Parts: sequence; C-alpha cells; structure tokens
Amino acid sequence: MLITISQLIIGSVDLAAAFLLMFGLWRMASPVTAPSGILVAGVGMLAAIAASFLYVFTVDATVKPHLPLNIGLAAAALLIGAGIAWWSGRKVAITAMPQAVALFNGMGGGAAGAIAAVELFGSQTHGAAQSIVTLLGALIGSISLSGSVIAWAKLDSLLKKPLHFPGLQWFNGLVLLLCVLVGGYMVYAAGDATPLVAMPHLIEIFFGIALVYGILMTLPIGGADMPVVISVYNAFTGLAVGLEGFVLQNPALMIAGMLVGAAGLLLTLLMAQAMNRSVAKILFASFGPSPTRKQGAIKGSLKPVQASDAGIFMRYAKSIIIVPGYGLAVSQGQGKLYDFVKLLQAAGVSVKFAIHPVAGRMPGQMDVLLAEAGVPYDLIVQLADVNEEFKDTDVALVIGANDVVNPEARTDKTSPIYGMPILNADQAKKCYVVKRGDGKGYAGIVNPLFYAENTYMVYGDAAAVCTSMTEAVRGLGAPAAAA
Amino acid sequence: MNYQIHIDGFVAVYIFMVTAFAGWVIIGRVPAILHTPLMSGSNFVHGIVVVGGLFTLLNASTPLEQTIGFFAVLLGAGNVAGGFAVTQRMLAMFKDSGHGGTHAAHGARHAKSAKHAAPKAVKAISPKKT
Repeated sequence: MLITISQLIIGSVDLAAAFLLMFGLWRMASPVTAPSGILVAGVGMLAAIAASFLYVFTVDATVKPHLPLNIGLAAAALLIGAGIAWWSGRKVAITAMPQAVALFNGMGGGAAGAIAAVELFGSQTHGAAQSIVTLLGALIGSISLSGSVIAWAKLDSLLKKPLHFPGLQWFNGLVLLLCVLVGGYMVYAAGDATPLVAMPHLIEIFFGIALVYGILMTLPIGGADMPVVISVYNAFTGLAVGLEGFVLQNPALMIAGMLVGAAGLLLTLLMAQAMNRSVAKILFASFGPSPTRKQGAIKGSLKPVQASDAGIFMRYAKSIIIVPGYGLAVSQGQGKLYDFVKLLQAAGVSVKFAIHPVAGRMPGQMDVLLAEAGVPYDLIVQLADVNEEFKDTDVALVIGANDVVNPEARTDKTSPIYGMPILNADQAKKCYVVKRGDGKGYAGIVNPLFYAENTYMVYGDAAAVCTSMTEAVRGLGAPAAAA
Repeated sequence: MNYQIHIDGFVAVYIFMVTAFAGWVIIGRVPAILHTPLMSGSNFVHGIVVVGGLFTLLNASTPLEQTIGFFAVLLGAGNVAGGFAVTQRMLAMFKDSGHGGTHAAHGARHAKSAKHAAPKAVKAISPKKT
C-alpha cells in the first residue's frame, strides 16, 4: 500500500515537474515573462527533488538496512552541492558567466555519468539494448564533464594556447573508436562468465577513455569558438540525462534531457551561423596558426579625434546607433556608457544599441551586460532588426567592437570573415570608433571601416572615453554645475 | 494497482522524438536578447538529473554504489542550484524604459504572441524606473 501511494505521488509530481519545466522555457519567449518562467520551472524542480525522497518506501528488502546511511548521504550531498553552487552562482560576475555555465553544465554531465556507473557496477542485470543506452549516456556524459572543465579553464584563461600536433584529429578519432570498442565488448561479454578482462576493470577503462576523449576533443579548440563548444556540451549533457532517464525508467528525466538536447542543438546551429562557420569545422578542424593572407591596400587614413569633440557632436545629432563589443565589458564601461546615453536622450537624441549575435563570449552575453548596467531592453535591438536603419542614422558609435563591423565580410571573398553577417556601421552618416589602439580584431585582420572617409577614431579605454564624453556634454548644458 | 512506470524500446523513441520536436519549437521562440539566460536556463533544466541521482543513491546497497551515488547527487545538486541562481539573477536585470501607460495586460499578451519580441510598448513589470 505504502509502495503504491509513493509510486503514485512520485509519478504525479514528476509529471507536473516535466510540465512546469517545459512551461518555464515557454515563458522565455519575452523578457517580460521570462523571470516568472524560471520561477515556475524552479517550483517544478523543487517538487520533483522533494518527491524523490519517497523512493525510500519503494526500495527492495535487501536495500532497507542501508537506508539510514543512504538518506544521510543524500541530504549531505544535496546541501553541499546546492550550497556551494548557489553561493558561487550568486557571486559570479556577468563577464564570467560563460565559465560558470560551462562548470554547472559539466556537473550535470558528471551526474549522468555517475548514474550510468552505478547501473553498470550494480548487481542488476540489463538487456543488451539497455546496456547500450547506459553506455551511450555514460560516454556522452563523461565527454561533457571533462570537456566542460577544459572549456571552463580556457574561458578563465587558465589554459591559454589551443593544443596542436600533426594528426591530432586522427589520434582523437582512434581514442573515440577505442572507447566504443571497449563499450561494445562490454555488451558482448555481459552474458559471458569470464570475459577477457574482469567487468569492473572494463567499466573503469571505459570511463577513463571517455573522460580523456572529452579533454582531447576540447583542447584544440580556440578561445573564440568556446561559446559554440559550451552549447554543444549543454546539448550533450541533456542527451546523457535523457538516456539515463530511460535506463532508470523515469520519463521526467527523458523529457527534460531531450528538451535541452534539442535546445542545445538549435543554439549551436544559430551561433555557428552567426560566426559563418560550420559546426563540424569548429569542433573537428584543428586550426594551426591562421594562414597569412595578403590584405589589399587600404585607402584612406586613420583620423583621430578627442572624446569630448565626439561627445558634443553626438549631443547635436538626431539619431545614434551604438555598437558595443566585448572591449566595452573588459573596461567595465557599460554603466558609464549608459550615463552618456541618458544625457543624450534628455537632449532629445534617439539612441539604440545594436547587438551582433556573437558580441561577448557567449550568445546574448552583451545583452545581459547592458541589462546589468540598467539599459532598458527596448533600447537593445538585434542585427536583423536594425541593419537597415544605419543608412538613415546620423552617428554610429562603435565601442570595443571590431570584426562585427568589418565591411570586408560583405565584399572581400578572400577574407577569413567573408560571409559573416555584420552590422552596417559603415553606412551611417558618421562613424566614431572607440578603441584602445590600432590593434586588430579576433580574426587578426585590419578593418577598412577605420580608414573610411566618414569614420573618426577616438583612442582610449572605453570607460574613460565615456566619462570624458559625458563631462563634455554636461559642460555644454550647465557650465556652473559641471565645475 | 501498480504505478511503477515501464517504458519499452519504441515508446522511449516516440517520447524522445516528440520531446525533441517540442524543444526545437519552444527554444525557437526565444529572442536573441535572451540567449544567455536561455543557455543557463536549459542548463538548469537538465539539472533534473539530480532526481535520478537520488533514486540511484537511495537504492544503493554497496559502499561503491553509495560513493558513486553520493557524487551523482552532489554534482546534480550543483547543476540545479547553480543553473537556477545565475538564470534568475540575469533575468531580473532585464527592465524596460517604463513608458507605455496602463496597457500592461495588453502589452504582456502581445509580447507573448510576438515572435521576436523585444516589446516596445510593454509596461514595466518591475517597479524600478531608470
């Protein structure tokens, strides 16, 4: 009776949780409904976790003596894991968000792998199909765990250089093949009383190779491609969770896992599209040092202007589109930029922020960084919606961005960024570029926009430039107050 | 009566297929401005793996199973709590300009149906004015 009631409650709560998780993601379709969406999903998750303690009433008689210890371990693991992650999640800077997401994602992959390990080491016998699903989940989860840790280290600048040696991709392929072979042999030998290697050792070898493969797969990938990698591993973890959900006969895990698997896949494709690269190239093409390319001679010259002059010019413009890049976040200038924008708005200037899909270190990061600084989201527009407006705009203010406004992407077929969608800052009547120096962008190429006739360079740290522009404009309006 | 769930081969494939399709549709609605919270939010969703970890740990009967199960719950709990904390924090930062008058309900409904809505005339849900 107690067993039946427990199963009924767990089943119902998990069903509700699966619905709430999907509904929560559904509400992410707009910044208005999204905050309540995550709360809804959180309630579902909390209920599912609480209900799973009812499993204590459904365990086999042989497990009963272990229950007190198991419950204690479960409570301790929940408190420690959730406590540390909650604390660090509250504290982490928005600029460090990609690392945090990578790390939390790796944890999920590790958890899926650990569940698979218990199933494999455990005494329960499985059919061949179930063993294959368990192993597949174990493989994907393990790759996600070790790969995410490497991605985190790269994003956190602990690992600087991508790993390269000739034949690396072949070597990686062999490692993966070996892992699959070991897994296949485990399924084959499951019925055998005496496999060549004792089963527990086979399991250890399998996990070892899978973890090593995750590291090897991630090491050659450059820092700029890390957003795609995080997204791929997010999908991997989802998939692993879904597969282990099948093994545990838990449909809530299957649904939530597969949902994330599909989400990760879609985001990965969107991002690769925005970077004008194929996913396969990012993951499996080992990039050496980028090929040296002779860039055509650039006409025109760099025309430096003072920040204060630029600020005053913008004060008397009608419309401005700001193109922020990661350089703005590096100098922590978002807040100071918004102070300047508020001054312009008060003077009747129409101001918008145009965001390129790959601005920042993960998709949408620049949007969050601006939101953190207090910029209302209705001022933030995306590439497809704003690109036509540049030609009717008085000033494009490019601040800390480079490759995403490089007109070469439209015209020069030999350019490494050819075909990448760019923001048409060059079509604005006047263009100010705030930059620290004459350096090149991530793609390592000179940007002809900087040499264009209507472009003026404002040299300096983004935050400092914003401060001087603000002071210059304040000085116009109320000289007494500024002094 | 028995409420033990049994999902066999093809049923599982059907579940996976329908869910993948639903996921694709649901995520396709999310505007680019929310892609970072979406990523951490979906990260949070697969944190439900902690439920599987709890099942495994509570059914453990050997020290080895208990040890690995402990780590499954530990990592899963980290995934859930961390994913929720960062997502909720980021989403709370998104505010609008605060204009739009008293058409709050209408605006919200409109935003829900619009595909790539970075809604223009949506009334501030948040009390904080900029």
